[in-house]
Amino acid sequence: MTSPETYLSVDQIAKLVPDGALIGMPKEDGGAAMALTRALIRRGVKKLRLLTVPVSSIQVDMLIGAGCVAELETSGVSMGEFGYAPQFRRAVEKGTITLRDATCPAIYAALQASEKGAPFMPLRGILGSDILANRPDWKVIDNPFAAEGDPVVLLPAVRPDIAIFHARFGDEHGNVWVGPRRECVLLAHASAQTFVTVEEIYDGNLMEDDRMLAGTIPPVYVNAVAHAPRGAWPLSLMGAYERDGDHLRAYVTAAKSTDGFSAYLERHVFGAHAAA
Amino acid sequence: MEYTREELLICAVARLLRGCTNIAVGTASPIPGSAALLVQALTDGAARASILGSNIHNPFNDGGPELFDRAGQGRVDAFFLGGGQIDGEANINLVGTGEYPKADTRFPGSFGSAYLYFTVPRVILFREEHSRRVFVDKVDFVSAPGWSPPGIHRPGGPYALITSLCIFLYDRDSHRFRLDGLLPGATLEEVRDNTGFDFDAPSNVGPVKAPEPERVELIHSRIAEQIAETYPEFARTRLGWNG
Repeated sequence: MTSPETYLSVDQIAKLVPDGALIGMPKEDGGAAMALTRALIRRGVKKLRLLTVPVSSIQVDMLIGAGCVAELETSGVSMGEFGYAPQFRRAVEKGTITLRDATCPAIYAALQASEKGAPFMPLRGILGSDILANRPDWKVIDNPFAAEGDPVVLLPAVRPDIAIFHARFGDEHGNVWVGPRRECVLLAHASAQTFVTVEEIYDGNLMEDDRMLAGTIPPVYVNAVAHAPRGAWPLSLMGAYERDGDHLRAYVTAAKSTDGFSAYLERHVFGAHAAA
Repeated sequence: MEYTREELLICAVARLLRGCTNIAVGTASPIPGSAALLVQALTDGAARASILGSNIHNPFNDGGPELFDRAGQGRVDAFFLGGGQIDGEANINLVGTGEYPKADTRFPGSFGSAYLYFTVPRVILFREEHSRRVFVDKVDFVSAPGWSPPGIHRPGGPYALITSLCIFLYDRDSHRFRLDGLLPGATLEEVRDNTGFDFDAPSNVGPVKAPEPERVELIHSRIAEQIAETYPEFARTRLGWNG
């Protein structure tokens, strides 16, 4: 099926992302919008503030290496079994980006506060960590329901300007289907705008199919959709394809040097044969 | 009897999980994952393993927050953490060495540690590299503290530390590690030489128990097949799986 007329191209969506925007993005196996990430680098977006939900890998590493990132809030950036994330590591060690270290459930909780329109969310744990010591935006109060004491951390609501992710299906009614990837639902609910790339056009209305309904995000939360086959490559998309391990391994090797990283971008992002 | 390092470690971790019903395993943890699946197999499924990244061996389907929500409710009995640095009080550092926020060496980040270390009763630290670079007197950055003062809600915490040389158990009263067993070829002296923190050691510390033959068989059949879904490379190269 061809893309619905309301769909934009991936590069058109990239143009809708302003410099300096706070961008929320899911983890690497949760529907990472890699085609859109390449388009953002092509567009030369600057000073993005990234929020990984809750962690990331090559997506954040590429954006940092390409000079698109001013700030990063994350619970972890790693290439997993392929090693450390070279451009992330270099930027942090040199202090070229502003970093806010978090812990996974704190990122979820701050988005859940935004989803509810609540000012903050309490969360257990974290007390006594240097994460908390370096987060002046996080507060500690005594649990007002306890007889005495019981300190608990409060996390202010975080509302990304734009959520971006890649979904398995989109239909011509503007619905997108993420299946069990509830963090994409959370991101869409919590963010001011949501831009989605979809792997495949679903024939029919996702909201009218009982089997698809629970995993569908309706257009009230979705501001732009593009059709991007293999749009999560070289990462995986549940139910569609596995991650491209050979490519990720080669990326880690390339990204360890400035020349290698530039050559990677030239070939896979800017070049005539670059993937969408 | 001959056995591999992986067989020994998987069986040793499985023993540490005795009595746990809900065992969760996070990212980059093939040996803990295999041990959790082994316990699941040995208990006929009474103990449930949840392997992050797996679709089949993961009873959670409500997205990323679900594991943390369950842990917060006290419904996760065991979890595994590592550390770029770990010190003698079981403080762990997953962030980096040197002056924060810059770093001499930046590690990936704290992941869920600052929460799960507080909420999961039996956290097993797993760090194969046994060196003074890793096992330090004091971590440069506390991703998650090993213990908390009275008055802080903390049902969870460290239980054991497994390295390439030995297994330590953690004493929550003294906030110290105690050497529990040596891996083949390792000596107490070697452990001391390569550990930057002080720990307790009984005078008669013995070897870690050898893997049980029937469990080794299970590891190379059912467990290898199950862990291959999430860690195909590990299953192939370290468990000899060619299914």
